[in-house]
Amino acid sequence: MTRQPKRAWWVRAWLALLILACSQTLWAQQQAPDFTAKIADLTTSSFSKRAKAIEAVVALDDERVLPVLEALLEGDLYYRKSDDRVVIAVDAESGYRITDVISGEDLGAVGKRDVKKIATNNRMRKNLRVQIAAYKLVNKNPDVRRTAAGDLIKTPSPEFLPILQKAIANEEEPAVREALKVARAVILLDSDQEVDRLQAIKDMDGYPNKYTLAMLKQLVRQNDDGSYNEPSELVREEAIAVLKGLEAQETWYKFVEDLFFGLSAGSVLLLAAVGLAITFGVMGVINMAHGEMIMLGAYTTYVVQLLMPNLIEASLIVAIPAAFVVSGLMGIIIERTVIRHLYGRPLETLLATFGISLILQQLVRTIFSPLNRSVITPDWMSGSLQVNGFLSLTYNRLYIIVFALLVLFGLMLLLKRSFFGLQMRAVTQNRAMASSMGIRTGWVDAMTFGLGSGIAGIAGVALSQLTNVGPNLGQSYIIDSFLVVVFGGVGSLWGTFVAAMGLGVANKFVEPMAGAVLAKILILVFIILFIQRRPRGLFAIKGRFVEG
Amino acid sequence: MKMIPKHIPQHILYVDGVTKSFDGFKALNDLSFTVKPGELRAIIGPNGAGKTTMMDVITGKLKPDVGDVFFRDSVDLTKHDEAEIANMGIGRKFQKPTVIESLTVFQNLELALSGNRGVFKSLFHKLSGEQRTQIDEVIELVGLTEKRQELGGALSHGQKQWLEIGMLLNQDPDLLLVDEPAAGMTDHETELTAKLLRDISGEHSVVVVEHDMEFIKALDCPVTVLHEGYVLAEGTLEQVQADDKVIEVYLGR
Amino acid sequence: MTSQARLAWLQSDVGGKRVLAIILAVIIVLPLLNLLVPPDSVFHVSSYTIGLLGKYLCYALLALAVDLIWGYCGILSLGHGAFFALGGYAMGMYLMRQIGERGVYGHPVLPDFMVFLNWDALPWYWYGFDNFYFAMLMVLVAPGLLAFVFGWLAFRSRVTGVYLSIITQAMTYALMLAFFRNDMGFGGNNGLTDFKDILGFSLQADTTKVGLFVASGVALILGYLLCRYVVSSKLGRVLISIRDAESRSRFIGYRVEHFKLFVFVLSAVLAGVAGALYVPQVGIINPGEFSPINSIEIIVWVALGGRGFLYGAIIGAVLVNYGKTFFTGAFPEVWLFMLGGLFVVSTLFLPQGVVGIVQQWKDKRAEQKAHAQGKTGEAVP
Repeated sequence: MTRQPKRAWWVRAWLALLILACSQTLWAQQQAPDFTAKIADLTTSSFSKRAKAIEAVVALDDERVLPVLEALLEGDLYYRKSDDRVVIAVDAESGYRITDVISGEDLGAVGKRDVKKIATNNRMRKNLRVQIAAYKLVNKNPDVRRTAAGDLIKTPSPEFLPILQKAIANEEEPAVREALKVARAVILLDSDQEVDRLQAIKDMDGYPNKYTLAMLKQLVRQNDDGSYNEPSELVREEAIAVLKGLEAQETWYKFVEDLFFGLSAGSVLLLAAVGLAITFGVMGVINMAHGEMIMLGAYTTYVVQLLMPNLIEASLIVAIPAAFVVSGLMGIIIERTVIRHLYGRPLETLLATFGISLILQQLVRTIFSPLNRSVITPDWMSGSLQVNGFLSLTYNRLYIIVFALLVLFGLMLLLKRSFFGLQMRAVTQNRAMASSMGIRTGWVDAMTFGLGSGIAGIAGVALSQLTNVGPNLGQSYIIDSFLVVVFGGVGSLWGTFVAAMGLGVANKFVEPMAGAVLAKILILVFIILFIQRRPRGLFAIKGRFVEG
Repeated sequence: MKMIPKHIPQHILYVDGVTKSFDGFKALNDLSFTVKPGELRAIIGPNGAGKTTMMDVITGKLKPDVGDVFFRDSVDLTKHDEAEIANMGIGRKFQKPTVIESLTVFQNLELALSGNRGVFKSLFHKLSGEQRTQIDEVIELVGLTEKRQELGGALSHGQKQWLEIGMLLNQDPDLLLVDEPAAGMTDHETELTAKLLRDISGEHSVVVVEHDMEFIKALDCPVTVLHEGYVLAEGTLEQVQADDKVIEVYLGR
Repeated sequence: MTSQARLAWLQSDVGGKRVLAIILAVIIVLPLLNLLVPPDSVFHVSSYTIGLLGKYLCYALLALAVDLIWGYCGILSLGHGAFFALGGYAMGMYLMRQIGERGVYGHPVLPDFMVFLNWDALPWYWYGFDNFYFAMLMVLVAPGLLAFVFGWLAFRSRVTGVYLSIITQAMTYALMLAFFRNDMGFGGNNGLTDFKDILGFSLQADTTKVGLFVASGVALILGYLLCRYVVSSKLGRVLISIRDAESRSRFIGYRVEHFKLFVFVLSAVLAGVAGALYVPQVGIINPGEFSPINSIEIIVWVALGGRGFLYGAIIGAVLVNYGKTFFTGAFPEVWLFMLGGLFVVSTLFLPQGVVGIVQQWKDKRAEQKAHAQGKTGEAVP
């Protein structure tokens, strides 16, 4: 008995939802023919009728409206002569490739004569610009509204004033409101009312934007004849005050940007060096072919992209494990055939692995040609993240930083937490003891070396996105990598991290002062001197056992 | 040639309140002891008691965190490096015998011969007849006459120990620090080594670090027991063996 | 003391004497065959061959310099190409100044590249290089000074082993980057070239080429004798003791850093001389000479020839470079495989190089002989 009312409640709720859903669909279906009809009206041959038709389309509340308006403005909107279907056309090999604006259906390629452009005149275009901006300014997504405001700042024009006023009044999101106000301000700066200009400058205060900065600079500049572009001293003073704040902001964001560049350069160093921190730092093997392990990783990326030309977006994801395996296997082969026989003879190891690096370079040169290969950057890696008007961060560098940190922490976890990590540390600290406890030290050596080499391969995947992929790719990183590991303190992953980031950032900040090459030389000299001061690096492992 | 005037000092070695730590681990902890001129002294202690660290501090390889180390009453050893200290007259034999493997026994001893150690002096150096005689005497003393022209690397473990002791003698130091000289030697050799060290004490001061109790007994000299970086007990071998603290440390609680 | 006893350091060096004799023969006979025998004769030696062998002799001197520090003192320098290049640049600067008005721009003082860069005065560090003797002094001083400063810093703070190797490599790398810059005033990318004459003799003339060839041979012989004297002295034995047991040497009382510094500077100066003789024979010096791979290639010459045998370094340098000339001409693809393979093979299977193998084989034969002769026991010293 107690169940009965409960079930009834559920049923009622279901019914209510069902009805709501139906009514939504019905509403949409009602709207749809409206859109279809209004769009069809655009094909009229009369400019005045077309202007009205545009007004009618603008009045619609439909997400398909915006692309139509934009296409119209750009002159990409056509209708098919055969059936008067309105389409968006993009240039194709012989003619256009057209898309139905109503259904979004791809209608394939057509000849240039099969379609007719829906032409616009100046007035319509002017109106369209305003309408498009207005349309975006009422978008539900605040990011779209903000971007629209940002676009308006770049193209100030009095006709936007009314829609901006309206948008500011309705806007609830403070950040968007601020952007809208600045968009209004850049228009009002041309006003003949001193009050308006003063208000405009006040609105610009503290909003990071290169255009407003330039405008204000222009405003307070003294012309050759001693006059100012801005006649009112009051406004000028205000402008100077605001300008000061903006410039301080700009300097700060420039600093942040440099720091970002430095960190991303540091991340590249970190990726290149972290594998070496294993082979050299933990095992004490001087692997001069480490750079070639990186190179192999980069070439693996190239090959992966060749194998899956239609899945470029996913190619990097596939390339990471592939590069790890390729470089890791090569590492294991090198360890088993050569390095194994040279333990305890670091100088000989250095020479033998240098020889291997020459062989690998020539191998790649023979297989792939000595020319650089081009590795494609997927879309999600290109472009940049616009933080504000002063600061934008490119995605590839952003991902590299994140990726380098992931690799580092993954490796730290592996060493500290896994059983393999435990065996590895046991073998490197006391080989004889580890061996007597039943650890297969030879196997651990090979696996450790494979791990370090595999990570170098992963670094190669990342580097393929930043630099040219050629046979000499690895060479340019080997000296840097060794310096990072030595500088950070051999055997300390944490030290490698700090050293890589420190050097990356230092290089970026020395560069503007000294030029790129000189900066590099200065850093090299610094490290040479540093190593001589503290031969065991920044984060030296202290104690009585290190002397060996 | 010696930098230090040859008057008789009160202490040949004076170690006072020396502490040396590695990452919080105190290898030496307020260590104090003295050695008189001509004295033979044995130092014993379990592993990790700080014996090797003590030698490193005396010979300038490590600098103490706090504490004084004086040689011949007046020379502050913490202010000098290994080569300077060696030239002042402190010789050291390592725990692991270290001879120059690709030089002959004779050449090893030639290098150790006291005299000018400068670069250009070495370039134009010629052995005098007197020096040859001295080297031959030492070779005979350490029983390597047969091996005179053999490479250091070709010697047995015990022979290397002897060669290293011979090199020490050739250096003619005031103070000899000898780390585990009996390791890897036969009983007979051990006995001979003990006799040799007894013989050279008097003219030289000798500090011997050793594990082997038979050897210590054969040395027949005062014993210092180190434990966790400080002096646990001092006295004759019988005295320290009877000491409660020493028994506790060696036998556990 | 008899003269025989005074020369004991050379007397015992059988292999060295043979190699010196060969070099001596080569620098006497080949010039005669080049200058006196008519070109159509079978016995004529072309100027090309003379130039090539002259290059090998310079490389051999460079290898000797590296073997002195690596073979005898355990210092593996991966930056010795830098000293070679510095010596070469010092010579190049002299040769540049000799061009005078004969340059493309015809400027009486400034070398072409400076005119091209719109410089109006000679940088201060180019002063004096028009004087041959000053330039030759700089051939010694420039690498020597760099080695002294670098070595002083490194050895004093006890940077050893692979750490030292890596920072020497970084040193030559940094110098390479620096010399690539135009505003360093050493001709940037293109380096120094288009030389005309040396001491008034045209570099194109066969006699000048032969002269430089003979000079290289003489420098190599003198360099060998100098190195041989050093390693046979007590100082040489101190070097070996530093190589085998550095801290032992310290505790005996040798100032290890002073010995290392001495031999490092000596070696750098020898490398500089090699570079100075090399440049007029090949007609160019550019920053590529500083590249790390050049320095590391020297190591394989020494390793293959026989580390720790001075004449082994000479043999190795000639062998590897002959191989390089041959293979880069005949099978350019194969050369890097070969070179890489040489590194691996010489470290894995020939720890003492070709000379070591021969030595071992001889020792074995001597042993067998002694065995065959009976129970003489210790007859073979």
